[in-house]
Amino acid sequence: MTADQKAVKRERLIKRIAMELPDNGLVNLGIGMPTMVADFLPPGKNILLHSENGFTGLGPEEKNPQPGHGIVNAGGKPVTIRPGGCFFDSAMSFAIIRGGHLDVTVLGALEVDEEGNLANYMIPGKMVPGMGGAMDLVVGAKKVIIAMEHVNKNGESKILKKCTLPLTARREVDIIVTDMAFIRVSPHGLYLEEIAEDTTVEEVMQATQATLIIPSEVKKF
Amino acid sequence: MKKILSADEAVMHINDKASIMLGGFMCCGQPMDLIEAIIRKNIKEITLITNDAGLPGIGVAKLIEQQRVAKLIASHIGLNPEAGRQMNSGLMQVDLVPQGTFAERMRAAGAGMGAVVTPTGLGTDIEKGKQKLTIDGKEFLVELPLRAEFAFIRADIADKYGNAFIAKAQKNFNIVMAMAATETIVQADKIVEPGQLDPDMVTLPGVFVNTLVEASK
Repeated sequence: MTADQKAVKRERLIKRIAMELPDNGLVNLGIGMPTMVADFLPPGKNILLHSENGFTGLGPEEKNPQPGHGIVNAGGKPVTIRPGGCFFDSAMSFAIIRGGHLDVTVLGALEVDEEGNLANYMIPGKMVPGMGGAMDLVVGAKKVIIAMEHVNKNGESKILKKCTLPLTARREVDIIVTDMAFIRVSPHGLYLEEIAEDTTVEEVMQATQATLIIPSEVKKF
Repeated sequence: MKKILSADEAVMHINDKASIMLGGFMCCGQPMDLIEAIIRKNIKEITLITNDAGLPGIGVAKLIEQQRVAKLIASHIGLNPEAGRQMNSGLMQVDLVPQGTFAERMRAAGAGMGAVVTPTGLGTDIEKGKQKLTIDGKEFLVELPLRAEFAFIRADIADKYGNAFIAKAQKNFNIVMAMAATETIVQADKIVEPGQLDPDMVTLPGVFVNTLVEASK
């Protein structure tokens, strides 16, 4: 796959996630692919973004920050605050997250499984970036949406029967959106609700280690 | 009224193996003059309690690069490869704490609470060795208060009673850390007379502050 094709697929999944965000909702976007959702917020919907380092109203990157700019996103990049936002300290920020005041969190993943378990903070012996705010976000947000590639660099499914890496949280994922599929996590298992327009149900099933429940109608996105 | 010292004077009595809380999030809202003073005094084997390992070459990352940190208690170290390298080689012990639990454990220490009871970390490696409670049919983890000997805090303006205004997204951990340490040193861009900082603008009450340092320009 060329870089261009990859970018197109990525944009498609990002746009699909943006459609899931509720009007007047408070939303936290993780670093990396989830951050891109901010560029595709659905017109006509009023969405306030939460930045866990201490504000609501997260705006675009500040290209020319002056000394003492004092506003960064959770990745440490200088950003702006939009009208309607406000600042607070970390204890308040996580009270918002944990206390059930955050409507949606969008995060990346290394692995997700049939029970809605999520692993996204470490690969033992290899990469241990740490969980940052992810464990609190996933436990606290009303809805947890995972944005990720369907398969890893080696072409292996990231949607598993059972996660193998250390968990970020147990049974908290609600929706998984990949370059191939839109999957809803339910107590009965994973529902393949939609597939990408350039794939088939068979291809998605082949690329997925977990068991997928196929409804009578599978839409395209 | 609080002591007003230079950065070097403020860290003069801090020795090797001290436990230090350092405010800031990815170097935003970090007291850089106090970090430089620690480096000049050559304080080593620090137990450093700070949200993250920073960005290479800036703020907290300098302490790690100069191998001043024996143990790091943080939520995220992914944007500073040197921190990962030192952790993997055993040079620096790293305890990872979920960010919300990290904040609340320090708040608890400063607020006289015996523990934090949180759902975060249930069903993960974080729960290992910890007590669990079931309250109203819901399971929680018991997390203990987190204290330190010193807290290094950054503010925009402080009055001589230690009341401080911290602007924008620089508040982050600067408030809970000031509460949780035995001795809190605030580096302020500007130190003003009592009455010159509007009481309504105070982010951090002066009761939590021991020493003030005016930032270098």
